[in-house]
Amino acid sequence: MDGFRVVRRQTPPGWVSFAVLPAALLIALVFCSLLLMIQDKSPVKAAVVLFQGGFGSLYALQDTMLKAIPIFLCSLGVSVAFRMKVWNIGAEGQFALGGVGATWAVLTFSGLPMPLMLCLMLLCAAVAGGLWGLIPGYLRLKFGLNEIISTLMLNYIGIEFMRYLVYGPWKDPGSMGFPMTGLFPEEAVFPEVLGYVHAGLLVCVVAAVAVYVFLQRTRLGFELCVSGENPRAARYARIPYGFLLMFVLALSGALAGMAGCVEVSATFNRLQPNLCTGYGYTAIVVAWLSRLRTPSIALFSVFVAGLLVGTDNLQVDMQVPAAFGGILEGFILLCVLAGQFFHSYTLVRMGRRQGGAA
Amino acid sequence: MRFFNCAAAFLAVCGMALLPFASSASAEDAAKNVKVGFIYVSPVGDEGWSWMHDQGRKMMEELPGVETAMMESVPEGPDAERAIKNMCSKGYNVIVATSFGYMDPMAKLARRHPDITFLHCSGYKHSDNMTCYFGRIYEARYLTGMVAGAMTKTNEIGYVAAFPIPEVVRGINAFTLGVRSVNPEAKVRVVWTRTWYSPDDEKKAAEGLLDVGVDVIVQHQNSAGPQVAAEERGAYSVGYNTDMSSAAPKAHLVAAVWDWKKFYEKFINEYRAGTWKNGNYWYGLSDGIVDISAYGDMVPADVRAKVDAAKASIVNGTYKVFSGPVKDQEGKERVPAGQVAPDEMLLSMDWFVEGVIGTAR
Repeated sequence: MDGFRVVRRQTPPGWVSFAVLPAALLIALVFCSLLLMIQDKSPVKAAVVLFQGGFGSLYALQDTMLKAIPIFLCSLGVSVAFRMKVWNIGAEGQFALGGVGATWAVLTFSGLPMPLMLCLMLLCAAVAGGLWGLIPGYLRLKFGLNEIISTLMLNYIGIEFMRYLVYGPWKDPGSMGFPMTGLFPEEAVFPEVLGYVHAGLLVCVVAAVAVYVFLQRTRLGFELCVSGENPRAARYARIPYGFLLMFVLALSGALAGMAGCVEVSATFNRLQPNLCTGYGYTAIVVAWLSRLRTPSIALFSVFVAGLLVGTDNLQVDMQVPAAFGGILEGFILLCVLAGQFFHSYTLVRMGRRQGGAA
Repeated sequence: MRFFNCAAAFLAVCGMALLPFASSASAEDAAKNVKVGFIYVSPVGDEGWSWMHDQGRKMMEELPGVETAMMESVPEGPDAERAIKNMCSKGYNVIVATSFGYMDPMAKLARRHPDITFLHCSGYKHSDNMTCYFGRIYEARYLTGMVAGAMTKTNEIGYVAAFPIPEVVRGINAFTLGVRSVNPEAKVRVVWTRTWYSPDDEKKAAEGLLDVGVDVIVQHQNSAGPQVAAEERGAYSVGYNTDMSSAAPKAHLVAAVWDWKKFYEKFINEYRAGTWKNGNYWYGLSDGIVDISAYGDMVPADVRAKVDAAKASIVNGTYKVFSGPVKDQEGKERVPAGQVAPDEMLLSMDWFVEGVIGTAR
């Protein structure tokens, strides 16, 4: 009987990269078509409706961009930590703290002109998110506590802290008893810059360029990548591992915090308990899909956001249950991630001759 | 290599963007004259809140010339705004959203789309083209409280509640007033789940209450999880939204139920006749939109008679639930004797009445 054997590729051929994504999408779509056929719905119409909803009109593209902005910032954050093989699962909590930081700025400094106000909000959000990121860093350095656990657990604490504030001290007396702060004044709301896509887009561009330059062009960025590839070599080279660990977690948290600031300001216009809708976790998927490369993170943020937005359309136009949207998203992401296996590995048929030779 | 990777992703995205232009999707829907879109916070299969509203949608769908669509499990926040916007852009004439967190985005879009009628359930903002509507479910809760107060043996009743917002706090207070009207010794213990629909968490919360000795479980959730816990432990349960006796046949005492079909029927008839006026509507037992379900077999006839009498006096307006004296947990008098709490107080209620164990935060 012939079988297959997994072989690592020496140099991945270009066509593989080119083919993997469309092929994975195709497989996912075929599977989902079967699910739709069970429900007596047309798969072709569903595909059209899905892509129309995510990318098919100016309207849809703007919605997709709005959703992509927080995902991109969080993903950029976790990818920096992942580069150093520091597994920051805490973007969700750092995002919540960013919202808290930005709201604190709004409540404390009123009456500043808009550019100053927005910068101050971003700064406070970045500091709040960054400090939240430092906690697991410190715990790991001091007590060797695994950051996967601590960042994850701190998500719950961070979100509960945010909720405590909106249910308690920051609750607007004019909100009829509902848990939320008052609406932000005009100068604390990111203006719309491109259609109804808000200025959070500019924050993304600046952050992306800054992170890219930092990783590619600075000594610290280089040391960070080396520490991720080979911690032992890094130690021989006297790279300050502890400092770098704290630094990436703070940077990671700061970026997620900025995402929280953008969301609170531009989409909610106030702090309210349902701020966190899972962008921090989606960001981890996006970081993996894009294999931690900054330009790919941008593309995949838009891709995933488009999927999320498109499945809404599927519900309205096709009347499929909401759970189907989740299944579809999950399956597409799973196929794309699984497809990436073929970047680095290939299957070789185990013929009699080859089997003997190996 | 990196270039190829990016290029592949880019091409895939572009390919998707082009796909829709090659097709003609929506040409068939022009014949029908009213399009109504519904947006729900939980799945319609929840057998609770969203399910009851969806009964109203299904009723509309049967009418000639009415087309409906719904979206379920839409999180409150930016996703809700997009969902409403999506329906606006697809030519819906009426958009119905049934969770508090949909209020702000709906009010925003109502200003942008003056020709569309917006219906928002459970909030307080309304305008020329946006109605806020809700029901005085607390009246039904008061009656279910009377049943629970009569049936408890441990004199402790457990209340599994979603979020500390006025709607829920008001229900807990009315229920407790009902309990103590027949059993002044009884206490009501509250736990917050901070979920609307999470059957497992809500069941666990009920189990926690049963562990500390309550023998009746009441709830304000969109699932029947707490009912299941009561059934398994041989305790009693009081349902909410729908009858819920199927989830807990042996535990079911009574339930506070909604009948949204009546509201949607009234709305669609008036809307099509051109007589519908947007505003603020708060319907009570007397409108038939809130009610109590059939009693469980274990509820004795004298209890039933007492509750039915109380119901009749609420329906004919001779009794109001929050009639003074009403004291809060600290013993402070909030509603003096001889007065009735005004609607403004009910709408922003953030304190518990005497007899509740727990905090309203």
